[in-house]
Amino acid sequence: MISNTGFWAFLRRDLLLINRRRGEVASPLIFFIMAATFVPLATTPDAELLKDIAPGIIWVMALLATLLSAESLFASDYQDGSLEQLLISPQLIVMPVLGKVTAHWLTTGLPLTLVSPLLGLLLSLPTDGYLPMMAGLAVGTGCLSLLAALGAALTVSLPKGGLLLTLIVMPLYMPVIIFGSATAQYSIQGLAWTGPLAILGAMLALAIALCPLAISSVLRLTTIN
Amino acid sequence: MNWNWFYRMGSPRWFYESTSRWLPWLAALTFVLLAGGLVWGLAFAPQDAKQGNSFRIIYLHVPASFLALAGYFLMATAGAIGLIWKMKLSYMVMKCAAPLGAVLTFLALFTGAVWGKPTWGSYWVWDARVTSMLILLFLYLGVLALQYAFDSKDVGNKASAILALVGTVNIPIIYKSVDWWFTLHQPATIRFTEAPSMHPDMFQPLLVMILGFYCFYAVALILSVRVEILARERKTSWVRERVKQATQNTLGAGL
Amino acid sequence: MVVGPSLLSVKDLCFERDDTQIIDSVCLDLSDGEILQIEGPNGSGKTTLLRLLTSALTPTRGNIYYRGKALSECRFEYLSDLLFLGHQSAVKVTLSAEENLSWMTGRSTVCEELLSALDSVQLTGYSDVPCYRLSAGQQRRVALARLLISDAKLWILDEPFAALDSQGVALVEDCMQKHLDGGGSVVLSTHQPVAMKAVRRYSLMDQAIQGAV
Repeated sequence: MISNTGFWAFLRRDLLLINRRRGEVASPLIFFIMAATFVPLATTPDAELLKDIAPGIIWVMALLATLLSAESLFASDYQDGSLEQLLISPQLIVMPVLGKVTAHWLTTGLPLTLVSPLLGLLLSLPTDGYLPMMAGLAVGTGCLSLLAALGAALTVSLPKGGLLLTLIVMPLYMPVIIFGSATAQYSIQGLAWTGPLAILGAMLALAIALCPLAISSVLRLTTIN
Repeated sequence: MNWNWFYRMGSPRWFYESTSRWLPWLAALTFVLLAGGLVWGLAFAPQDAKQGNSFRIIYLHVPASFLALAGYFLMATAGAIGLIWKMKLSYMVMKCAAPLGAVLTFLALFTGAVWGKPTWGSYWVWDARVTSMLILLFLYLGVLALQYAFDSKDVGNKASAILALVGTVNIPIIYKSVDWWFTLHQPATIRFTEAPSMHPDMFQPLLVMILGFYCFYAVALILSVRVEILARERKTSWVRERVKQATQNTLGAGL
Repeated sequence: MVVGPSLLSVKDLCFERDDTQIIDSVCLDLSDGEILQIEGPNGSGKTTLLRLLTSALTPTRGNIYYRGKALSECRFEYLSDLLFLGHQSAVKVTLSAEENLSWMTGRSTVCEELLSALDSVQLTGYSDVPCYRLSAGQQRRVALARLLISDAKLWILDEPFAALDSQGVALVEDCMQKHLDGGGSVVLSTHQPVAMKAVRRYSLMDQAIQGAV
């Protein structure tokens, strides 16, 4: 009966819902900046040392920020019964799922990418590294969002699923982290950084193709029981 | 094609009764292989030219690493069979393969660390293979944690089966990425390549050990699946019958 | 008159979880213009049965037929004709009543039909208030307003009277009566006796249909 089951409908609705509670968008961003500030305090303010580890730190913080925000991806839909309604819609639920994940990326991955130069500045990342880092983050956080959504779907019915989500998703993040921070590191070292970026793009393509399918079958399993 | 054998295999009772028959033989074979391989490898194989006696830990390390990875694929395959054909037995296999694989992965990491100390001078080195093994352990732990997080066993089984399958898609990517990462960062001091051609006198006992580990894995898996079967089918008449017989036998022996 | 295949027919439906039989060999029949009430004490599997009927759960054994065709063959058709109202109303508390209803029915917010439906459930003047400011009963009414707009043939309602006052109950009953008169069918689960004439009751305890045919 519900005809609002397309990609755009869900993207629009989730953006509208998030727009009504903007605090939720700000939290991962503030976490991202705050946590990275601690690294020079805990290690050294030495610019030479910081610049080597800056890409890695930025990527680990982006990973944590994505994971922190992922729990809420399906939580409210699960609690108020919207997810159950989605499951009995006549259409395939792959596109709605992709719409929801896109909304998640637009409100976490994209803002993280946009504020990352600020972190680069704090962690004395050489200016050559800014553009590659942002390009890497833009593509890589897409993968992070898709995989986090899979974890969120698996743990949606669990009362304290947040930590478990982190546990099961983190090992899957390994390739994204490796190639993501390599993109920035290559450019700092003066190497061609488009190589690792292309691999990130390939991973994103694979994730877009497979994750929504996996997420929809997982939701069928975990939502109703 | 006749699929009867396939569905019969899915019956826990059939599995339990048929394994009862040949499990002792398999266990005996495992014992012979492991004991023979260990004595051969530890006492009779020649010393390594560079590493001396410390290399002998490969007789545990290599088979454990083999089984750790193969075990993950077995677990995921069992999960996939369960999801597709809704077979209870294959979920039981998956459930039992998870802790077994995690322990083997841990054993591989542990023996690797012990071996690393004399060879590399440190218990832990961020070598590509060691790192991949560590991630494999994390994957196992994730599957295990998810399995037991749900109130309903059926949902836990299905959810962890899907996670195991996702991991299977990811494992080749993880291995390749870690390999690539390693070549990027490899410090010159620990350049370590395994001798491409192992002397046959060293290699033959290793082969026996690998075979022995495979058999051991099979025995351990079958034993734990049998326990799982008894636990889940405890209300059925055939299990009750068995328990009754077993208690009578022990009572008789006790008197 | 030629009697075609019934709207919904359920044959030998079983559902098992963790080796426990939750639904055991249920057989049901529902024709156009009929209403069926699922009865049973708490934990007897009412919600599970309704979820099986909506195809959200897959039965362990048995089949559901929609107009004589197995559900697996006509999923799209069946689900397009179905309206399901669960325990949770699927009302988003951050959205207004109007926006919620528009989302659930796929009609635009300025639609006249939508506003008159909200009037009928006594939410006049609340249409643009975010739903977190409404009471539980009022939120339920937002979801029930779907019934007024829907053109689905088959309604599956899980505890539709929960959290409603007597006026609300009468409203829902009125709604269902109109739906039945128009040739639609209803399956519902409730503890309350339904004050309607033609209600057939299916008890999950004795697995039998009682009441008027």
